[in-house]
Amino acid sequence: MIKALFNIKSAVTCGGILTILLLLPPFVPRFYIYLMALIFATVLLATSLNMVLGFGGMFQFHHTVFYGFGAYAFALMATKSGLPLWVGYIIAPVCSSLLGLLLGLITVRLTNLYFGMLQLSLGSLVWALAYRWYSFTGGDDGIHGIPLPDLISSSTGAYYFNLIVTVICLMVMYMIVNSPFGRTFQGIRDNPERCLAVGIDVQRQQLVGQVVASFFAGVAGTLFVTVEGSVFPDLMFWTLSLEVLIMCLLGGWFIFMGPALGATIIITLRTFVGIYTEYWTLILGIVLMLLIFFLPEGVLGLFLRKSGSADTKGVVDAAR
Amino acid sequence: MDLGTNISLAALVQQILIGLSRTTILFIVSSGLSLVLGVLRIPNVAHGSLYMIGAFFTYSIATLFGQSTLGFCLALIFAPLGVALLSLAVERGLFCHLYEREHLMLLLFTFSFSLVFGDAVKLIWGSDYRSLVAPSLLQGSFSISGLPFPRYNLFLLIIGPLVAAGLWFLTNKTKIGKIARAAAVDREMVGAMGINVSWVFAAVFVIGCYLAGLGGALVAPTQNITQGMDHTIIIEAFLIVIIGGLGNIWGALLGALIFGLTDSLGILFWPQFAIVFPYVAVITVLLFRPKGLLKSTW
Repeated sequence: MIKALFNIKSAVTCGGILTILLLLPPFVPRFYIYLMALIFATVLLATSLNMVLGFGGMFQFHHTVFYGFGAYAFALMATKSGLPLWVGYIIAPVCSSLLGLLLGLITVRLTNLYFGMLQLSLGSLVWALAYRWYSFTGGDDGIHGIPLPDLISSSTGAYYFNLIVTVICLMVMYMIVNSPFGRTFQGIRDNPERCLAVGIDVQRQQLVGQVVASFFAGVAGTLFVTVEGSVFPDLMFWTLSLEVLIMCLLGGWFIFMGPALGATIIITLRTFVGIYTEYWTLILGIVLMLLIFFLPEGVLGLFLRKSGSADTKGVVDAAR
Repeated sequence: MDLGTNISLAALVQQILIGLSRTTILFIVSSGLSLVLGVLRIPNVAHGSLYMIGAFFTYSIATLFGQSTLGFCLALIFAPLGVALLSLAVERGLFCHLYEREHLMLLLFTFSFSLVFGDAVKLIWGSDYRSLVAPSLLQGSFSISGLPFPRYNLFLLIIGPLVAAGLWFLTNKTKIGKIARAAAVDREMVGAMGINVSWVFAAVFVIGCYLAGLGGALVAPTQNITQGMDHTIIIEAFLIVIIGGLGNIWGALLGALIFGLTDSLGILFWPQFAIVFPYVAVITVLLFRPKGLLKSTW
């Protein structure tokens, strides 16, 4: 599966897409620039979730709490502290990973569904705190008009910034997934008992995995602020987490670039369906049902299967 | 946050009683969730939506009869049945084809229902707040050394043990209950005994969803009936089921007691962040007993 993406064909494809994205801004309307910058942030979020979900086999049901936490950390830094704005881009993800460590210390003691349900619940506590703590987080109004560094305060600036950060983060995550650490992770996904037997500290590995994933989710959170200039508690609400899970499922969560494709599809659909109807979640629900019934390996998984990559057969079986 | 001085014993008793009536609702909803989780292994995210639908059904039926006592009684009977019927259709139509899938898929599948139900409620009832008055017999309140205690909450305190007793009877004394408990432990073996496991699952699913609808019907007169009430309850129910032990109904009772009491007492001590107290209780429990207080069926 990894080889299938690491050959010349896929390198050329990725390079081509990147070149197009770099050259695009002067030729498209501002709205699309904004939309694509938002997509980049979401792509990063979905891929960071997939690092622990698809490759680590952890039921990370509430991932966006780290995303929202990073966004809030950045917003609070920018509005309440006198520190230079760029510093927030480093400190906010670190805050997210610390939250990942804190929640992880409680949750990794459990496995599978227990893990996921507890994480969902603890993440909801963080959401509730952000929602209630009016004097500090602005409650359900959130924080608006967050100042950004001059260089990226225009929509084109934000576009390039988000694109570059996302590409760098994706490359780092790709290297992590293919490192011995990532291989161990996949081993745990496929057979935790055996990993334990050969001397791997499964819980510690999962904890580190969660910290790393929450770091990248925090980066995605800062990118969201770069696009929107505001934060609100919905960023940490659990339904958003499950929406990101849908993105992973839609793209195909055993393939590195799958969630990126899923995020692109979902955000695009949401934007354009939202123009015509307010019942977007109804449509999302129906899409999800159809997906689970007919396409459990995801869009990219289907594509790779049709294009005859033999490697994906096992992936497809695993997904079913 | 000043403690001690302004909290009288009467206020404490009042708050405990209110906590206990809240526990009733939480227990009814989370025991249904726990039942489905224990036997079918489905973490049913749509459980909260069914609770919300139950509340809206109750509102509609009671309003049909001019919010009279008769209307409320009929609503209390038919709203949960409507929810059960809905869940039966969903189970037979879609869920029963998916039992072999892994948990994550099942969770996402139930989530898709929660999305669809959420918007369906918006389509049918609109996005306004609805409120329902309790029947005249249960309106008003009586006093506990000077502090008012709503009659409706007393009604809830009576209903709670009744439902618990009913569930005990159902799971321990009836044939379907015994089969369901056996299926929770080893579904292949139950199938080998010549029992149609698929229908047992359907029955358990419907009973679990009926409880969600019942919880929604009972809660309807006490709060605003609104979009988003599904999101709150499902997280609370998940927490209760976790600390009680997955699939254990008595664990759900214990968890609901812990959750309801810490929640209502928290309101007394620190109103703005009362929500923190139940979570702290849950984390404390899980630090010492990661798999919940009582034995889970998993």
